[in-house]
Amino acid sequence: MNTRQPTGGPVLDARLRLTRGDFSLDVGLEVAPGEVLALLGPNGAGKSSALRALAGLLPLGGGHVRIDGRDRTTTPVEHRPVGMVFQDYLLFRHMSALDNVAFGPRCQGVPKAAARRRAAELLETMELGACARLRPDRLSGGQAQRVALARALAVRPRLLLLDEPMAALDAGTRVDVRVRLGRLLEGFAGAGVLVTHDPLDAMVLADRLAVVESGRVVQQGTPAEVARRPRTAYVARLVGLNLFRGSAEGTTVTVGGPKGAQPVLVRVHEPCTGEVLVAFPPRAVALYSERPHGSPRNMWRLTVEGVERFGDQVRVRLSGPAPLAADISPAALADLGLARGTAVWAGVKAAEVECYPV
Amino acid sequence: MPEPRPRPPRRTALLAAALLALTACSAGQDPRAEGTLTVLAAASLTDVFTALAGEFETRNPGTEVELAFAGSSALAAQINSGAPADVFASADTDTMALVADGAGLEPAWAAEHGAAGAVFATNTLRIAVPPGNPAEVADLASLADASVATALCAPEVPCGAATAAATDAAGVEITPVTLEEDVRAVLTKVALGEVDAGLVYATDIAAAGGAVEGIGFPGSAAAGNDYPVAVLAGTDTPDLAADWVDLLLSETGSGVLTDAGFGTP
Amino acid sequence: MTGESAPPARRGLRARRGRPPWILLLPALVGIAFLALPLAGLLLRAPWTTMGARLTEPEVLSALWLSLSTATAATALSLLLGVPLAWLLARTGFPGRRLLRALVTVPLVIPPVVGGVALLLSLGRNGLIGRHLDAWFGLTLPFTTAAVVIAQVFVAMPFLVVSVEGALRGADRRYEEAAATLGADRTTVFARITLPAVLPGIGAGAALCWARALGEFGATITFAGNFPGTTQTMPLAVYMALQRDPEAAVVLSLILLLVSLAVLVGLRGRWA
Repeated sequence: MNTRQPTGGPVLDARLRLTRGDFSLDVGLEVAPGEVLALLGPNGAGKSSALRALAGLLPLGGGHVRIDGRDRTTTPVEHRPVGMVFQDYLLFRHMSALDNVAFGPRCQGVPKAAARRRAAELLETMELGACARLRPDRLSGGQAQRVALARALAVRPRLLLLDEPMAALDAGTRVDVRVRLGRLLEGFAGAGVLVTHDPLDAMVLADRLAVVESGRVVQQGTPAEVARRPRTAYVARLVGLNLFRGSAEGTTVTVGGPKGAQPVLVRVHEPCTGEVLVAFPPRAVALYSERPHGSPRNMWRLTVEGVERFGDQVRVRLSGPAPLAADISPAALADLGLARGTAVWAGVKAAEVECYPV
Repeated sequence: MPEPRPRPPRRTALLAAALLALTACSAGQDPRAEGTLTVLAAASLTDVFTALAGEFETRNPGTEVELAFAGSSALAAQINSGAPADVFASADTDTMALVADGAGLEPAWAAEHGAAGAVFATNTLRIAVPPGNPAEVADLASLADASVATALCAPEVPCGAATAAATDAAGVEITPVTLEEDVRAVLTKVALGEVDAGLVYATDIAAAGGAVEGIGFPGSAAAGNDYPVAVLAGTDTPDLAADWVDLLLSETGSGVLTDAGFGTP
Repeated sequence: MTGESAPPARRGLRARRGRPPWILLLPALVGIAFLALPLAGLLLRAPWTTMGARLTEPEVLSALWLSLSTATAATALSLLLGVPLAWLLARTGFPGRRLLRALVTVPLVIPPVVGGVALLLSLGRNGLIGRHLDAWFGLTLPFTTAAVVIAQVFVAMPFLVVSVEGALRGADRRYEEAAATLGADRTTVFARITLPAVLPGIGAGAALCWARALGEFGATITFAGNFPGTTQTMPLAVYMALQRDPEAAVVLSLILLLVSLAVLVGLRGRWA
């Protein structure tokens, strides 16, 4: 954002292909200057492999890695303009925080005094001046993360890679650390690629998301797009939406439902056609013991599968022709007298249902 | 011990009993079967005694000769601590004396052949040089030359004592590059050409085949070893044992000994 | 930051770990007895009163000095060659690596005397390489103090290589990757990251190597020979003494034992 490349092209342009046993990875990534791309996906989806391949730690089977337009596909790790923050930070235990940060510049041939000066400045901007002389084992999780970030930035990378930077932190410090990390990433002029399995991290820290499942990018977009229109069951679960796939005609979507069962009809507000996805949030679902009269909305007879707390609401998991989740208040739960196996009516207003092409 | 031991005593007893049972099993067997002659001999006699054992078994059908070779003093220690054996042949008279004073010799045999055993062979020192004699060693005096690298037995071991006797008798003072732990080690270093010369026994030169050349020197007999043999007190086949000694002292025996480089009395 | 200032639990309240299980304790005790009994035999038989007198004998002092200096030199040489070798085995893949690892452990398996003969055949005056050393530089190794060091390196270096390789395999390689992403080439990674990480393993390996070199007998007497002052180390002196005066051998062994224990214990304190 701050500095534009003279070419105007993306900082990172990569096509990563590799195979390891049964697993194969094939993803294309493009990241603009100042942009942070989050690779979001379940464990074993290939996010970390992609990141390691970008760093040069994992050899590619095919594809390319271009940084600022230069082909770096076969450049050895140590010569790539890349900085990486590892999951457990991997700060060198036998060096002070300052020496950890100065390590990269020293390797690049910066004289000792200058390297230490650069390291001290970086630590200062990250409000870590007081920790400079400490060994990693004396740092808190948040401090260690920032030292790791400073160490990665000290080599003045064009591409910054972050592998699950929040995973090693306890829940209590996460909120604060996430905000700080987000601020620091905003000041970075190069391209950032962040790997995470936590949608919240991805939404807060990244400008754009790429959802990776089984080695493929299944959805890309801004956090808002992905949150509103999930494309896979995994993404829908991550962003907390009920998702169905069906074929639309006008304002009616026919959803397959479980095998052998009768198709389920979903009414939507805006007319659409062809193969579509329909999504609606659990809080848009209302539950009734008796079928209410004269309401022009979606209404299905479902069975309670389970009940769990969800914030100040209660999330009810329902099975039946349209398996879905509904968020209701604890008072409503008491009124309805829901337990596992109870049959209920579930209703959703057509206006609450988002419909979009596959 | 200040603290009471936490171990229940019964298990210890069980373990001890198990161990006893194990040792009892192995001690129960008698390694000597009927018609078996057990001969313990100095390692330098390996080839000679192995050859004679075949001859002995042919002459005495149904008997079996069991041979065990080791250093004389190691064997003497074994015999004195009760190892079952019929005949002992030592590389020197001192060691035989240890056995005569320890476990003892068979009285009837000793009365006839001597209380310190019967000498059946002698071994004398010779100069061993690598094939071709690169340092042109002629006699014992050549070894005093500093440019001739010489290996000798350490004074602590028997061949070292013989070496000292030989050099003293010749009035030569040799500064070796190494004092080896036994005569075979000297021979190895000569055979490999690591040294120009070494003092070893005539039998070692014979055993080495062409790997080394031997050079005799005057007075070498003065520094020789006598090899005594004796029937042991612990024998249960004194006649068979005496037959073995007789074979050793016979012409057949001396023939084999001479071939191996030994002198005979 | 989280103030864990609870008072230390009283002894009586701490959960008991119980006594060690018999299935471990019993073999351990037998093991201790197995190691301690021969030592006890030595200690009981030792004519302690003569020890002081022995220590002032010039031959004993020179053998002791020779042992300590050659074992130290052998350890230094083993570190110089063995640590890179361990790295090669642990960190690189090349055809024949398994064979090389087997080769490294050969000196552990073959009798040291055979090792000594092998050294004679390669580095001796008529050896594979030795004959050229002699012809070109007039250098003969056998029967020199250098030969003692070489014999010790041959026998003791595998101990160092094996323990350093183990330490390298146990070290977290991700730190090396982190260093590589920071621009460190393999040499820098090794010197600045790997080496500090496996330093305890190297220390342990060096101590093993030193102890083995100090006790070396077979390869030394075969390759370097036995001559007081130049090649007669303590183990050789002990062996020779055993031929004539077993009591003296016991005293010499104990001197060697005590000195080496003092050195190892002293160093151990420094590492911790």
